[in-house]
Amino acid sequence: MTTVASFSVEYIQYLSPSGTLTGETIPPIAKDFETIKSLYKTMVLTRVFDAKAISLQRTGKLGTYASSLGHEAVHVGIGSAMKYEDVFAPAYREYGVQFVRGVKMSEVLLYWGGDERGSNFSGPPHDFAWCVPIATQNTHAAGAALAFKLRKEARCTLSVIGDGGSSKGDFLEAINAASAFKLPMVFVIINNGWAISVPRAKQSSGETLAQKGIAGGLPSIQVDGNDLLAVHHEVKKALDRARNGEGATVIEAITYRLGDHTTADDASRYRPDQEVEDAKRFEPILRLRQYLMDNNQWSVQQENKLMEDCAIKVEAAVKEYQSASKLPVSDMFDYMYAELPHDLAEQRAYALALEEENK
Amino acid sequence: MAKLAMVEAVSLALNYELEHDKDVVVLGEDVGINGGVFRATSGLAQRFGEDRVIDTPLAEAMIAGMTVGMATQGMKPVAEAQFMGFIFPMFEQIVCHAARMRNRTRGRLTCPLVIRAPFGGGIHAPEHHSESIESMFAHTPGIRVVIPSSPSRAYGLLLAAIRDPDPVLFLEPKRIYRLVKEEVVDDGEELPLDMCFELREGNDITLVTWGSMIKETLEAAEALEKQGISAEVIDVATVSPIDHETIADSVKKTGRCVIIQEAPKHCGVASEIAATLAENSLYSLMAPIKRVAGYDVIMPLFKLEKKYMPTVNRILKAVNEVMEVS
Repeated sequence: MTTVASFSVEYIQYLSPSGTLTGETIPPIAKDFETIKSLYKTMVLTRVFDAKAISLQRTGKLGTYASSLGHEAVHVGIGSAMKYEDVFAPAYREYGVQFVRGVKMSEVLLYWGGDERGSNFSGPPHDFAWCVPIATQNTHAAGAALAFKLRKEARCTLSVIGDGGSSKGDFLEAINAASAFKLPMVFVIINNGWAISVPRAKQSSGETLAQKGIAGGLPSIQVDGNDLLAVHHEVKKALDRARNGEGATVIEAITYRLGDHTTADDASRYRPDQEVEDAKRFEPILRLRQYLMDNNQWSVQQENKLMEDCAIKVEAAVKEYQSASKLPVSDMFDYMYAELPHDLAEQRAYALALEEENK
Repeated sequence: MAKLAMVEAVSLALNYELEHDKDVVVLGEDVGINGGVFRATSGLAQRFGEDRVIDTPLAEAMIAGMTVGMATQGMKPVAEAQFMGFIFPMFEQIVCHAARMRNRTRGRLTCPLVIRAPFGGGIHAPEHHSESIESMFAHTPGIRVVIPSSPSRAYGLLLAAIRDPDPVLFLEPKRIYRLVKEEVVDDGEELPLDMCFELREGNDITLVTWGSMIKETLEAAEALEKQGISAEVIDVATVSPIDHETIADSVKKTGRCVIIQEAPKHCGVASEIAATLAENSLYSLMAPIKRVAGYDVIMPLFKLEKKYMPTVNRILKAVNEVMEVS
């Protein structure tokens, strides 16, 4: 017998849960405190926004909402590593990525508030909208990456998937395509431990989810998804690789879903409270704040001011969301096709006439 | 001018558009050097290179998903589903994304893509290679479903499909891929989508069909002529959205209608046409509408395949029943 191939999966963490630098190497971002502070602010804003969105849903002012609580480092880390011209293919809770890329909080609220205009957002116009069917976004990102490769544009795509979604064929097919076509793209598996009520252990008996990338022939690593520095640095490295024509990378970011799956879910039915309590010790914002404070880059006063600012910004976003113009009934017809087919035009006219009658 | 079979006309249209629009790419399983299992992409890879005519890994969901991804970023991909029986992994991408992208993003992202699929029975193929499932897609808002029935219509409609700013499912009735040859002018002229074609003028009855059933329907019209019945034959061509106006105009003239489809009868495109005539054209009708369709059974393997397919005889029986009502 001969060994024809062998593999290993590295786990990368730069910032420990207590906020100290770990490991032998220190990534450049670790000393770029201005950038870290800016990203820290976005992480906190994302969390304040998240709490507000949940309370809006609880009071009947928003539809079902998917919380991002606990994912702030992996989301903002991805967003900060990407370039504007790159394409982001989200699932549906990666607001931190999108806020860094210019999507407005009010637009996220519009979407979950049942208004398609939210997906015509202020972020890069080439970015994909929220993708509810699990893992289908991975192949969209692969297609966009193939377009860039064929047109010889120095652009990449990045798509995310959850631990549950990593069990789906579309994800594996996209990995395989990325490998076969040597596509400029990055896959981030955001492993938050739970796919609604099904824990990570029930998705696969593989030691890591990253190794699914190895099976497809892609370099694949694990990072501490609650470590902003690790996510930012490793995603940036993977994007640079992709941009240089070296192909795709799979990054499994280990984080934890501190909230319910969505506001329609009640995790207490299936998840021990103690597990959540334990996970809070590893959450991303605490350790980054500690790191900034230990380096004399952040103070209690600044923290208080930040919380006030975030509250004001979120309130303004809610106001903008709630003052959005009424959706005309014609809107459900007008974006079906570039030009409305004859029968649909008739149905549109009928719907409009009904509106008139009911005025 | 060369006389071409329908599958060659498909190839000619792809050739034309690859040459004239740099955003067009062809992708799918075996579409490259092999030229496709039906040779619809024959010679394209050799002429345009493997960056334009792309052999993909064997993964249909991925092909459709990547086609969506490419289309949103300004390309005009023309993907091939090798057989329509293998289109089901693509179904989610077509229905959940290709059809919805424009609406979802209020026009920010669009899907100017084509998915071509050979379909239908009659060629003694293995299981899963013979079904007609156009109505599954015709029921989906946001996509067009186009079915050519002759070489020149395949050429003109495929060009229109590729140039259309919205997603088009282009279903090629493979039984008539090489049935007739006709002259096809390679002038890049497209034919209109969303419109029926009147293939034969008549005054006594309207026969409505599409795809491979054009053959049996035209033969039936010939036979009826000998009986002294003048049949108008309409090729629906775009089965979603349907040009109901042309059909209604014809029925207004003839007062009678038989609709012929190869697909199972239940919830088929013929049902939609019949229902629309019942809604809007009842007072033009002198007799009940009849549908001649496949049975509501699993498409049989080829020993019974011919028994499943609507035949000239079945069409004539239906017409005669309709004509008897005075």
